[in-house]
Amino acid sequence: MDKTFAARRRRDLIIAAVLAALAALAPLLIKDVYVQNILILTLMYAALSQSWNILSGYCGQISLGHALYFGIGAYTTELLFTKFGVLPWFGMLAGGVIAAVIAMGLGYPFFRLRGHYFVIATIVIAEIGLLLFQNWEWAGAAMGITIPVRGDSWLKFQFMRSKLPYFYFALALCSLAWFVTWWLEDSKWGFWWRAVKDNPEAAESLGVVVFNSKMGAAAVSAFLVAVGGAFYAQFLAYIDPESVMGFQFSLLMALPAVLGGIGTLWGPVLGAAILIPMTELTRSYIGGSGRGVDLIVYGALIVLISLALPQGLVSLFSRTKAKGATR
Amino acid sequence: MGLLYGLIAVGLALIFGLMDVVNFAHGEFLMIAMYASFFLFAFFAIDPLLSAPLVAAALFVFGAVVYLLVVRFAMRAKANAGMVQIFSTFGLAIVMRGLAQFFFTPDYRSIPQSWLGGKTISVAGIFLPEPQLIGALVSIAAFACLYFFIHRTDFGRALEATREDPGAVALVGIDKNRVFALGWGLGAALVGLAGAIMAVFFYIYPDVGASFALIAYVTVALGGFGSVFGAFAGGIIVGLVEAVTALVLPPSLKSVGIYAVYLLVVFIRPRGLFGSM
Amino acid sequence: MTALLETRGVWQRFGGLVANSDVSISVGRGEIVGLIGPNGAGKSTLFNLIAGVLPPTQGSIWFDGEDVTNMPAAERCQRGVGRTFQVVKSFETMTVIDNVIVGALVRNTVMREARRKAHEVLEFTGLAARAEVLASDLVPAEKRRLEVARALATEPKLLLLDEVLTGLTPTEAQTGVALVRKVRDAGITVLMVEHVMEIVMPLVDRAIVLDLGKVLVEGNPTEVVRDPKVISAYLGDRHAVGA
Repeated sequence: MDKTFAARRRRDLIIAAVLAALAALAPLLIKDVYVQNILILTLMYAALSQSWNILSGYCGQISLGHALYFGIGAYTTELLFTKFGVLPWFGMLAGGVIAAVIAMGLGYPFFRLRGHYFVIATIVIAEIGLLLFQNWEWAGAAMGITIPVRGDSWLKFQFMRSKLPYFYFALALCSLAWFVTWWLEDSKWGFWWRAVKDNPEAAESLGVVVFNSKMGAAAVSAFLVAVGGAFYAQFLAYIDPESVMGFQFSLLMALPAVLGGIGTLWGPVLGAAILIPMTELTRSYIGGSGRGVDLIVYGALIVLISLALPQGLVSLFSRTKAKGATR
Repeated sequence: MGLLYGLIAVGLALIFGLMDVVNFAHGEFLMIAMYASFFLFAFFAIDPLLSAPLVAAALFVFGAVVYLLVVRFAMRAKANAGMVQIFSTFGLAIVMRGLAQFFFTPDYRSIPQSWLGGKTISVAGIFLPEPQLIGALVSIAAFACLYFFIHRTDFGRALEATREDPGAVALVGIDKNRVFALGWGLGAALVGLAGAIMAVFFYIYPDVGASFALIAYVTVALGGFGSVFGAFAGGIIVGLVEAVTALVLPPSLKSVGIYAVYLLVVFIRPRGLFGSM
Repeated sequence: MTALLETRGVWQRFGGLVANSDVSISVGRGEIVGLIGPNGAGKSTLFNLIAGVLPPTQGSIWFDGEDVTNMPAAERCQRGVGRTFQVVKSFETMTVIDNVIVGALVRNTVMREARRKAHEVLEFTGLAARAEVLASDLVPAEKRRLEVARALATEPKLLLLDEVLTGLTPTEAQTGVALVRKVRDAGITVLMVEHVMEIVMPLVDRAIVLDLGKVLVEGNPTEVVRDPKVISAYLGDRHAVGA
């Protein structure tokens, strides 16, 4: 029994390593900047969704306000860089830490709420954050911040000529988020989170301090998302509140995990790999008319997938696997 | 404004609270209603005030159809039921916005002049804009009817019972799908009413629903899920808070007050003011 | 030697309703004690007070020589109180072994050890063959057993069983009874709530009968069932014809 379990975990790790290696080689074949762009976004959303999945999938606290942490990561990095000349690498860490601290601070009142009340509270707090940033003069208010161009450098994490460095960073971030999930899945925290999701009362009776578990999940999740936000800001070289803290980010973090399989190791990556290219392609190929056909197709696909596969695309794989095992 | 929020929210509360289903396309229902009353005005010159019942009837059908085509299946999901509902209705919202863009173009439209537009009425020396006043009256009337409907009629009881225990209800010969389809229709009809009135003083464009949807959720949650009265009270509170915030803070921050009040209320009462769930 | 568990003058009121009034009981080490009584006698309330779901309105609860009156459930579990739920609360999306690992993590911080411990407990409770099955796919009797397994994995000194034998077929109940004996033989003290007397009486060393929130009778099971106060308490309750 133990052997199969260990083997399964090892197999997951090997598959991930192979996929990451293949992805790392992709730019050798794909020279098209537009396609590279899609790949970068896909990797970024995979990473974000993987991070979202820790709190909302594993621990079951559905957040639709993660745009707040994304924006905090982006703003911390850029404010530190433009106002104080702090290198983005430190800003990224600082953003992550600040986001984690805020997530835990919000956790005190928020984790008493259940169900819809919790979800709405997360949406609302992100909206408040958005409105505050839109009105914060020092941080550029609604106009946002343009990141000054200082030439290509890893030190300043800024590249104008080629997108490839961003690609590799996004790949690294995605791998990191996956690895953190993989590692936590078979840890005390991972078990506690799933227990808390399924039945908090029973978890409490088995020595799980439910509140602390939620706090831990929120902190890890917020930290990683903020790092993603810092990356996105550097990648765009320009930020404003709506473009890093808008509600659509909260949704775009949740959607891949939901479509791929919420609370699963592979769900977010799988979901992002399908959803993000689909979003970008429908937008650029049929969205040009400005008549909303892209929205119709995109929305219809979301409806169909969520109705047809409530447990996500991952369930397709595990179902065939289960059949294979019984034979 | 509060009463209109109340009306939108009551429609949502009916769907959300009484049937325990999340409808992320509620704002889009509102958008459709606003367009409906716009076109009735533009082509047939029917004043929004007169077309309101027509719009409500149309939305009733629309709501019921949406239930039968999409939501029925979402509710059947055994796993992740909440997420399936959120994302299927959210996908639906995107489709509706897309359709609106396709057919109506993204242009902003407004109803230039209705019988009510711009007129004010003086009550005891206070000037009130007439459309708002009518809106408020309609809202109160609609709310009273609904309250009566839910608590005094067989249908209202059937709705409640069906949510509690669909299996048992089936035994006494009530068709769950029929009851819920009617519930969705009714919820949508209320939004239709609100939309028709709001079409008079708001611009109409495909994304208009989104700006009201969040406030509608907050209103329902503020009042407490499962309580129609709560949603109505929530609407009034939201309207008042918005008015007060507008006096104190710059206009761009006016929603902050509403959000802050919501957080405050649920921190003190985690089930909203009148919530039972 | 002091008792393992003691409640001293415990009261619990819910609004105007008094669920427990002045309940003082004690459970000695190594005993199997049955907590019985008709419906609405306050058994479940007392049980929840001992498990730490909520603090009593008045009075104190002592466990292993320590005042635990206001200690939250999770901390009591760490001190050695394990419990099951009357309405089973499995972690439905997790496998049987994973359910038990959650419990085992209380005393084993290294995953490999927690896993080993969980397997041990599954062997002990006869669920080993179902280890990789999802908890939601278990039959009701297995779910009950999983509750016990999970609690045992926390290596409790005191195991609180809430109607684990109720609603089982006679054969299933016999297996259950055997399991409880086995638990006691492993050195774990057991306090079990049961509604139907005939199942528990042969099993317990001592019975405590609650009625209307108070301790009615306490003593060895054969005497308790003959006590006229107990008989009338049960006969007064239309639902329990068992005694």
